[in-house]
Amino acid sequence: MQLSTKHLLGIKNLTSQDISLILSTAEQFKEVLQRPVKKVPSLREVTIVNLFYENSTRTRISFELAEKRLSADTINFAASSSSAAKGETLLDTVNNILSMKVDMVVMRHSASGAPHFLAEHIPAAIINAGDGINEHPTQALLDAFSIQEKTGSLQGRKVAIIGDIMHSRVAQSNIYLLKKMGAEVVVCGPPTLIPKYIATALGVSVSYNIKETLSWCDVANVLRIQLERQNQVLFSSLREYNIAYGISRQLLDSLHKDIVIMHPGPINRGVELDSDVADSKQSIILQQVENGVAVRMAVLYLLSGRSAQA
Amino acid sequence: MKIQLNNQSLLTIIDELTDQLMAAYPDTANTVLIGIQQGGVVVSNLIHKALHQKAARDKINYKPFEHGQLDITFYRDDVRNKILAPDTMHLPFSVEGKTVILVDDVLFTGRTIKAALDALFDYGRPDRVKLCVLVDRPEHRQFPIQADHVGKVINTQRSDKLKLSLNNQGLAELLLVSE
Repeated sequence: MQLSTKHLLGIKNLTSQDISLILSTAEQFKEVLQRPVKKVPSLREVTIVNLFYENSTRTRISFELAEKRLSADTINFAASSSSAAKGETLLDTVNNILSMKVDMVVMRHSASGAPHFLAEHIPAAIINAGDGINEHPTQALLDAFSIQEKTGSLQGRKVAIIGDIMHSRVAQSNIYLLKKMGAEVVVCGPPTLIPKYIATALGVSVSYNIKETLSWCDVANVLRIQLERQNQVLFSSLREYNIAYGISRQLLDSLHKDIVIMHPGPINRGVELDSDVADSKQSIILQQVENGVAVRMAVLYLLSGRSAQA
Repeated sequence: MKIQLNNQSLLTIIDELTDQLMAAYPDTANTVLIGIQQGGVVVSNLIHKALHQKAARDKINYKPFEHGQLDITFYRDDVRNKILAPDTMHLPFSVEGKTVILVDDVLFTGRTIKAALDALFDYGRPDRVKLCVLVDRPEHRQFPIQADHVGKVINTQRSDKLKLSLNNQGLAELLLVSE
């Protein structure tokens, strides 16, 4: 079995069979991570460059761990300490790196579409680790894996995505994936943070009421308020956001049912989630991080085939 | 395509192999049986079942070996030529200091066993590893690997394929596909 695509640019181009294959392969890699020797030799002759033009800790470390557990050689490129700061173009940087015989590129960039641009110009397999406000496919895959692990299946699952939907590549990728796998999706947040035509464009329902949303859902995926992305003021204050849309212990207890709490991280404690929710037993936030390595191993493994290299 | 071993012959061979294993490894507490995905798992399941049946019937104090499954997909030496979906790896015991009996359906070039040894040693350090196979195709071996317990030796062409599969009644049989 193979993936239908040579790159992982977004969930948009994946079929539901691709998604199922990645999730079932990730299950086997999760087993590898429990062994005394947490390594398999499968990508031993592969060199992978982590091309991060945007700051990241958890995603970059997660990819690096996944690559090392597959026995690949890894190179890290951080834009701030590199030739990009001297004005080198993206294409020049990548072609230089490829001349050193790198096989795969994991890329994060602040411009939506940057990995797609790269995919048209270079022969290596490209994995999108987040492009602007477009997609973050491996996050959606690890979120789906975590939901499946905790609740049994994605089909018919009621998932609420809460927060700054407008600027969130995590939300976009999650919506594509959940819809492809038969889940129902509600997006919830202040009207200023939800795109106007999202219901018709992406087939999701919209709610501006956190309590109604939490009463409906099985799983709440809570997004970070992205202070670094907003140029306009889209809500009055962090405190007011927390009062209207933050999830507190009190709010959860008022639901009379246990819902699953997720967050892609890093958490703004006291803004979108209170600490006693983030650290509660309903929260699978740390399992998400653990599953991230297994899911990324699955993606790297499935895209590493020699026939896929030009 | 022809039936090399029908279900009846196959079960007779399994019975003989089980007797051999029971006699050769009396220290069952420190011996484990591991089937290699996917054909080897079918064989080791049949052996494990036969062990339990013989213990129930003949030997009241006999406790059969513990049983597990090994998947070699990530350890194949041709892993990147064709990316294959992995099967379940399930070793619910430690292999440290134990006698490991690896079980496979067909011993052909020996590459599978080499990969299985690599995979096994990532779990710990067995005391010794023995190999039990249903069928041996000895003329085509590419490595210095031999089986300790062989059900049947079959002479074949290099291009032939021997496959364990389930027939219409869901019973295991060995098929020969000649090019």
